[in-house]
Parts: sequence; structure tokens; C-alpha cells
Amino acid sequence: MSKSTVLNAIHRARGARMVDFGGWDMPLNYGSQIDEHHLVRRDAGLFDVSHMTVVDLRGEQVRPFLRKLVANSVDKLKAPGKALYACMLNEAGGVIDDLIVYFMAESWFRVVVNAATRDKDLPWIEAQAKPFGVTVQERPELSMIAVQGPNARAKFASLLTADASAAVLGLSRFGAVEVAGAAIAGAPGGVSAAASFGGPLFVARTGYTGEDGFEVIVPEADAVALWEALERAGVGPAGLGARDTLRLEAGMALYGQDMDETVSPLEAGLAWTVAFDEGRDFNGRSALEAQKAAGVPRQTIGLVMDEKGVLRHGQPVHTASGVGEILSGTFSPSLGRSIALARVPAGDVGAVEVDIRGKRVRVRVVNYPFVREGKAQPGVLA
Amino acid sequence: MSTVPADLKFMKSHEWVRADGGNRYTVGISDHAQAALGDLVYVELPSEGDEVSQGAGCAVVESVKAASDVYAPLSGKVVAVNAALADAPETINAEPYGKGWMFVIEAADPAQLDGLLAADAYAATLDG
Repeated sequence: MSKSTVLNAIHRARGARMVDFGGWDMPLNYGSQIDEHHLVRRDAGLFDVSHMTVVDLRGEQVRPFLRKLVANSVDKLKAPGKALYACMLNEAGGVIDDLIVYFMAESWFRVVVNAATRDKDLPWIEAQAKPFGVTVQERPELSMIAVQGPNARAKFASLLTADASAAVLGLSRFGAVEVAGAAIAGAPGGVSAAASFGGPLFVARTGYTGEDGFEVIVPEADAVALWEALERAGVGPAGLGARDTLRLEAGMALYGQDMDETVSPLEAGLAWTVAFDEGRDFNGRSALEAQKAAGVPRQTIGLVMDEKGVLRHGQPVHTASGVGEILSGTFSPSLGRSIALARVPAGDVGAVEVDIRGKRVRVRVVNYPFVREGKAQPGVLA
Repeated sequence: MSTVPADLKFMKSHEWVRADGGNRYTVGISDHAQAALGDLVYVELPSEGDEVSQGAGCAVVESVKAASDVYAPLSGKVVAVNAALADAPETINAEPYGKGWMFVIEAADPAQLDGLLAADAYAATLDG
């Protein structure tokens, strides 16, 4: 039996095609995932991401704990209200999960982890937290709504009182702020059932689409009212199908498909998320250092196919350095052709071909992200 | 929910067949199939003149989500293909039983039609 978010009935009322995703009954699309993709690239789209797991970490030793737990350095988070993308590694340097860390206060950090990995993440985090005296509190009573697209910030802010609007529009990238529920309940465009809107709203300028926008964490009891207010403000719903094509165009990894516990972040194209800062003994550090010293055996590359067809997970990839496989592959609605991430042996890959149902098709190796803020990146469209 | 046109015959694998007279049969995929696949982005059709055999793959429809074989519901010769689908595969999403038709077979053995599902029997396979 799949779990449902509090927005489940709204998805169904909007005609969503529902699928199981990480044990959750979630909307795949509301008719056309390509239309929803373009909506986010060109205007503003609304995603229910309440299946994601919000975990609050509290205690005097939270920062030292996170220095050990994740491979990116939480010391980059200098001011409260800043967020960091990071991988949580095991001792072998494999990726247990990827997550976002929000610095709320010196004794309170919030992390958001994947739904599909929740059951292994929580025991791991709890075990790691114990020596630091850090409490680990899951927040299942919080919902999460992502508003993404070039007009997303303005449309969301239009629901807020002047002060709150200024606060969220003043956020820099990866910045977050909490605003009182009254900021939306009392505003002219906001939630009409003012008395019933509790809040607060946690608003972060983050996302998984390659567009500007916010991810909003809201009490479950307020999620439907917020969703409907955003629809009235002209933001249309978008499903997991569009979310997947948007994030892959943006070159963002999907846990379980692009990396897992058998892959190090250095092999997953995530070396930029690993901080080898002096003297910080994070989980997996010695394994990663050994891998670097010996030579990282595999690499993740971006592929574009100019011929018809769609690159898909598991297809063999033939390169001069050996055979690998497609990790995430899809049709890119923004580019009108197929794109993929592939893991192949290290070295000069030369000319690359993908085996698509028995037929070898030439593909081009390109730097990714493929698309950023509505624009194809240099070299992607040859 | 989708309605299944009563004048068509179906395969369990969601292809439909319409008798056009003169031993010609038009083939497409059902509304249920297009909805399950989602937005189509490529269609690979047989060529005119190809011989196809019942139950064998002779076309491919590819959506953002998945690639799926289309099986020949009848044996025979392909005498027409819907070339417009190459530039507008989404026509199948919009009108699976109309402008989204895929190809026409001149049947070698029209009696094979009797082995296909009537509309109500096909509709019954979609429940539950």
C-alpha cells in the first residue's frame, strides 16, 4: 500500500496519472508531461514534493556532527538561512544518499533526504548522531511544495504581505527564510481562509529543475490552502515526469539511478560536492583519498543524441576507454532530442556509441548541465 | 475514462484494427495505450511493401517514459503508412483512433480477424 501526501486528492481532482514512487502514490503527469516541462521552463510550475523526508537535527554539537556525516563542508554555511547540497557517504566512500542541509541556527540544522532512501537514512543518521548528542527528529507533519520557473518567485511572493514578500524576494541562491503564517493568511492574494492558516512557511531558494524558484516547507494542515492559492496566482501543477526531464536537463543527479552505495561521488560527477578541507575526518574520506591516489576508475559523462530515438537507463555505452552504461536517459523537451548521463571507464572516451536495442548509434559527449534557465548550454546543440 | 470504439477489433497488447473494406485494415494503438505511454516523441513505422506477420513487432512507439513495440494484428502487406506521424507523434496522444492511425495492412488471411478481441472484450481486459 503506497503512502499518500495530503495533496493526493487534489492531484486526482486535477486528472493526474498516479504512480508509485519510492513507496508514495505520486502524480506522474496531469495530462502532458512535456507541456508541464515547458510550463516550468517558460513560466512557473508547482510540484508536490511532500514525499521527501524532512529531518531536524538539534544539539550543541550539530555542526561537528555534520562535518563527519557529509562529504561537503558545512563550514561553508556561515550565516543562518543558507543551504548546501551534499552527499552522505559510507566508510567505503559509496553514496548512501544525497541531501540538502539548511543552517537554521548553530544548534539547529535541517536536512531533506530522499523518500526512497528514508528507511536506511534515518537509522544511519541516528547512529552517527549519538556520539555527538544530537537529536534526530523526522518531520512527517510537514509538507513540501516546489514552485519553479522564471516567474515562480514573483508569483509566490504575490501571495505574501509586503514585508514577507520582500524577505523571500531578497533571498540569494540557496538562501532560506521562515515567514509567519500570517504573512500569507492576511495578504490580499494569499490564503482566503485566513483564520485556518497556521504556518509558518519555510521558504528556500532551491530546486531540482535548473530554474529559479522556491521550495516551501509548510505544515501539512496548510498545504492544500497554499497549493490552491498558488494555482489562483497562475502557477500550474507539474508531475514527476516533468521533474525528471527538468532535472536531467539541468544535469542534476537522481539517487538510485545516477549514484548509489557502489559509486563514489568522484565517479558520479559529484567531485564538486566533496570538500577535502584540512583535518576534517568525514565518513569515507580515506576511501576517497585512496581512490584519488590510485586514479578514479570510472567517470560520468553527458551525452546528446542527434538521431531519432531515446537514450534510456541500462543501455550499453561503447567508448575508446571501455564499455559503460546509461544512468539517466530521456527525451529532452527543451532540446528536442535525447540526452543522458553515462558512467564509463576513466580515460579518453574518443567516439562514443550507444547500443539501442541492438543498433549502435553515435552520440556526442558534452559538458552538462544541458539546459540552464531555459537556455541550451554551449556545445549541447551542435 | 476512455471509451473503446465499438467498430474496432483489438489485440491484448493494445493495437486496434479497423476494416476499411477491400481487404484493407487500418492499425493504430488504443487510447489506453497512449495514455499509459504518455507523451510520444518518436514513431518508427514499417515501410510500404513490407510483409508483416501476425503477432510480430513491426513498429515502435517511443514516449518520454518508454519504448514500446507495436505488433501486427494481422499478417499481410503494408500498403500505407501515416508519414505525418514522423513530425507529429503527439497526434497519437491526441487522436489515437483518428488522425493517429499508424499503417494499413492488406490482409493475407482475413480470417485472422476472428481471433482478435471485440471492443467490449478489450475494454474488459483494462478493468482491474
